[in-house]
Amino acid sequence: MTKLLEANNLGKRFGQQTAVSDINIHLSRGDVLGFLGPNGAGKSTTMKMLSGNLAPTHGQILINGIDLLEQPKQAKAHIGYLPETPPLYRELTVREFLVFCGRLNLLAGKPLRIAVDKVIERCGLGDVQHRLIGQLSKGFQQRVGIAQAIVHHPAVVILDEPTSGLDPIQIRDIRHLIREVANEHSVILSTHILPEVQMLCDRVQIIAHGELLFSDSIDALSKQMHASSLQVQLAHAPSVRELSAIAGVVSVQTISDSTFRLHYQPDNDPTERLVSLAVAKGWQLRQLVAEQHSLEDVFMKIVQREEISKDA
Amino acid sequence: MLNLARNELYRLFLSPLAWVILALSQALLAYLFLSHLDYFMQIQSQIAAIPGAPGVTEMIVAPLLGNAAIVLLLISPLITMRLLAEERRNESLPLLTSAPLTAAGVVMGKFLGSFAFLLILLLMVLLMPLSLLLGSHIDLMQLASGALGLLLLIASFIAIGLFLSSLTRQPAIAAVATFSLLFFLWIVDWAGQSGHNDAGWLGWLSLLKHFEPLLQGELYTSDVAYYLIVTVTFLLLAIRKLDNERLTG
Repeated sequence: MTKLLEANNLGKRFGQQTAVSDINIHLSRGDVLGFLGPNGAGKSTTMKMLSGNLAPTHGQILINGIDLLEQPKQAKAHIGYLPETPPLYRELTVREFLVFCGRLNLLAGKPLRIAVDKVIERCGLGDVQHRLIGQLSKGFQQRVGIAQAIVHHPAVVILDEPTSGLDPIQIRDIRHLIREVANEHSVILSTHILPEVQMLCDRVQIIAHGELLFSDSIDALSKQMHASSLQVQLAHAPSVRELSAIAGVVSVQTISDSTFRLHYQPDNDPTERLVSLAVAKGWQLRQLVAEQHSLEDVFMKIVQREEISKDA
Repeated sequence: MLNLARNELYRLFLSPLAWVILALSQALLAYLFLSHLDYFMQIQSQIAAIPGAPGVTEMIVAPLLGNAAIVLLLISPLITMRLLAEERRNESLPLLTSAPLTAAGVVMGKFLGSFAFLLILLLMVLLMPLSLLLGSHIDLMQLASGALGLLLLIASFIAIGLFLSSLTRQPAIAAVATFSLLFFLWIVDWAGQSGHNDAGWLGWLSLLKHFEPLLQGELYTSDVAYYLIVTVTFLLLAIRKLDNERLTG
């Protein structure tokens, strides 16, 4: 598979302080890579380095096989970058601005017009294309920011916290747009919102304190999320003893008169036995939820595990 | 690069600032032009008899261009202050730095955009002396030399302003710093004139000192070189500054 973006041993020091150390990032065609970390972990610094806005202290970045540090001009033509604050000229209309961005990225004439028309349509900016950017809502400004990053059809699109500071509906729209963008481009997305990664990305890299802690597919992350407990609600609840007698159940926790949490061994799932028993004995099953660790839990676990191993 | 310059100029004209500057400086210079003209009409009959007396060009055109230089000194900080400082404050600079453009391209684009604006101003000012051609004869070569002087002056003003604008994220600071530096370079030769002969090199630094001969129609290579050196130096400093930002963050 061709690597569209390859960063090896990337590191950045500000004076004495190490912001990012020895990070490796690989992005193949069609990948959506989630770059996850708490605030101050070095996400934005890494994004800036990948987009050529900040020179790394050491390491190498290849965009489409072109060295970003040695041939920045050629390499940058393959990148679309949306920083944390969308870089917009508020006094221009959406269309004027996108035409300017297209020209900045060496488009001209008819291809420019086609590219701008297409990006306006893709980002749903048709109704506002003749309005001033300064008058648009934040959600639309963010759309213009994304449009700006993809107008020249780059191979790699780098989005730095694209949903921060938006309301829930705007977040949903922007996520929808990002998924649409991912159909045609490889995307790197940085965020501190975990469900976002789960929804949008194929692969995840978790970074904390400038170090890469986790790098795998989203499925591998989900596996880590698998917990071993069930939450059941029964209208005619039996005694706790009866529930704990079910094969595989390790312990029972009473939440309310009718609601219980059953812990079980991961390799011995009692769900089926519980359901058939409930039918046979007329417990009247109302609710059965396989509990999952939230991504937050997993994330905290990964970050904490690293901290413990560092102390040891 | 030219795209950037065009965008810069276009955005300038979207703000009222550009129109206000053009209108007010034109009005101010028109008033000065008329008063010079008036004065010349009054004394014309008296000096007509004196051989070698100053003509229309010396009496009206040269002072007008001299005044235009002062006006440009006052307004160019207002034009250049926003060039990079405002981009930085709006955090829109990454748009340019992540585009396939070198730092030199960004700086030159910004420079040419502002240069084009002040060029428009200059052309409008030059229309006034040219209007004298309707009723009189003027020394076109002296006018051209004065215009060249203003052109060089504009270039160095913008280069200085652009560099100072690259240092800060507050346009107001950029404006004040630019104005102070320009004014200092304007008056620095006063020290040279005050009798200390060893301070003569200060005069060489002065923006004004190199402008005066051009105003009189005397074209020296050293004066032209001075302005070009100032312009190129400050442009290079601005490029260095932008590049350095990428390296150190």
